Amino acid sequence: MTTLSTPSPVHSNKQLPVYVFFATVVWLAAYNIIQPLADWISYTAFGFAKDSRFGESLAFFLYDVPKILLLLSGMVFAISIIRTFFSPERTRAMLGGKREGVGNVFAALLGIVTPFCSCSAVPLFIGFVESGIPLGVTFSFLIAAPTINEVAVIMLFGLFGWKVATLYIVSGLAIAILAGIVIGRLKMERYVEDFVWQIKSEAGQALDEKLTWNDRIERAWDSVKEIVGKVWLYVVVGIAVGAGIHGYVPESALVSIMGKQAWWSVPAAVLLGIPLYSNAAGVIPIVSALMEKGASLGTVLAFMMAVVGLSLPETIILRRVLKPQLIAVFMGVIAIAIIFTGYLFNMIL
Amino acid sequence: MLTIKVLGSGCANCKRVEQIVRKVVEDQALQAEVIKVTEYPEIMKYKIMSTPGLVINEKVVATGRIPTPAEVTTWLANALETA
Repeated sequence: MTTLSTPSPVHSNKQLPVYVFFATVVWLAAYNIIQPLADWISYTAFGFAKDSRFGESLAFFLYDVPKILLLLSGMVFAISIIRTFFSPERTRAMLGGKREGVGNVFAALLGIVTPFCSCSAVPLFIGFVESGIPLGVTFSFLIAAPTINEVAVIMLFGLFGWKVATLYIVSGLAIAILAGIVIGRLKMERYVEDFVWQIKSEAGQALDEKLTWNDRIERAWDSVKEIVGKVWLYVVVGIAVGAGIHGYVPESALVSIMGKQAWWSVPAAVLLGIPLYSNAAGVIPIVSALMEKGASLGTVLAFMMAVVGLSLPETIILRRVLKPQLIAVFMGVIAIAIIFTGYLFNMIL
Repeated sequence: MLTIKVLGSGCANCKRVEQIVRKVVEDQALQAEVIKVTEYPEIMKYKIMSTPGLVINEKVVATGRIPTPAEVTTWLANALETA
C-alpha cells in the first residue's frame, strides 16, 4: 500500500470571504478612478486637444479597456458564484415532468444560470433526452445557454447600457422558447442519431457535491481567470478598432448601409455573424462604435445574436448526436427567429 | 492498483485534466492505469452531463471542470485507503 503525501492547503480557507470583501473595495475604487485617469492621461499628460481626433480616440480606448476588463472580472465572479448553486443534473431534475410550453420557458431560463460549455453539449443533450425531457424543451435549453452568455451580456451592458443588455436577454429568451416549441412540434425525434436512444445509464451514483462557501469562491475565481484570460486580447483589439472608428469615421456614415431603411442589412448581418463565433468579445466594441455612426439597433442586435447564438463549433459538436436534417432545421429556425427580431426592433425603436 | 478514467471527447479541458492526473501519478510514484474514454456511449454510463469527467476506481469524482492537482492527490489518497 502506498502512502501519499497529502498536500497542505495553500491558504487558510477561513480568510476567503475577507479577501472577497477587500477585492470588492479595490474594485469599486478602481472603477471610479478610470474615467478621470483616462482623461488626465490623454489631455493633460500627453496634452492632446479635447476635440482632436487622436485625443478623443485615445481617451475612449484608455477608459473602455479597463472598464470592460473590470466589469468582466467582477461580474463573471458574481455570476459564477450564482452558478455554483446550479448544475446540469439539477436542471435536468427541475425540467423532468414539465409539459411542452411551460417546459420550454423553464428550459430557456435555466439555460441562463446553468454552467454550460459548448464542449459539453453532447453529454448534456443525451442526458436530457434519455431522462425523457422532450426534444423541443432540450433545444430551448441548448439555444438559450450559449446565446445568453455572460461575456456577451456584460459587454453589452458596459458598452451599450442596461437597456440594450436587457433587450438582448429578453429577445434571446423569446427566440430560445419559440424555436424550441417549433422544433418540438416538427416531431424530429427520428433525426436524432440512433445510438442516443440506445444509451441507458447504468444504475450508479451520480456525483452530488456538497460545496462550502470557500469552494464556491475558489471555483468562481477559477472561472474569472479562465474567461478573462481567454477574452482579454479580443477586448483590447476590439476596443482599439472601436476607438479608431469613434474618432475617425464621420457621423452617420453608416446610415445608408446599416440603418433602418436598408432592408437587407438584417439578413446580411446574420450571415456575417455566423463565422465570427467566439469573438463576441472583440466584435461588441466594434459594433458599439458602428452604432454611433448610424447603424440601427435591430441590425446590431441581430448581428450580435448571430455571432453568439449561431455557432459553427457547437453545431459541429451537435452533429455527433443529430442527423443533418435536424441540424439544418436547428440552424434555420434560429436564423429566421434572429432576422425577425432584428426587423422587429428596427420597426419599433 | 488504481484505475483512473478521464471522460471526454478530446476537448482542451479534457486534455488538461489528463495531464494533471498523469503528473500527480508520476510525482507520487503510484501504481495506476490512466485511461482516456472518448466514446459517448461509454462516457454516458457514468451518468455525467458535462465533460471533462474524472473517474477513480469507477467512482465519479469531478465533472465539468478542471480539478487542481491537490484535489486529485486527495482523491487518489482516499481511493487507496478504501481499495
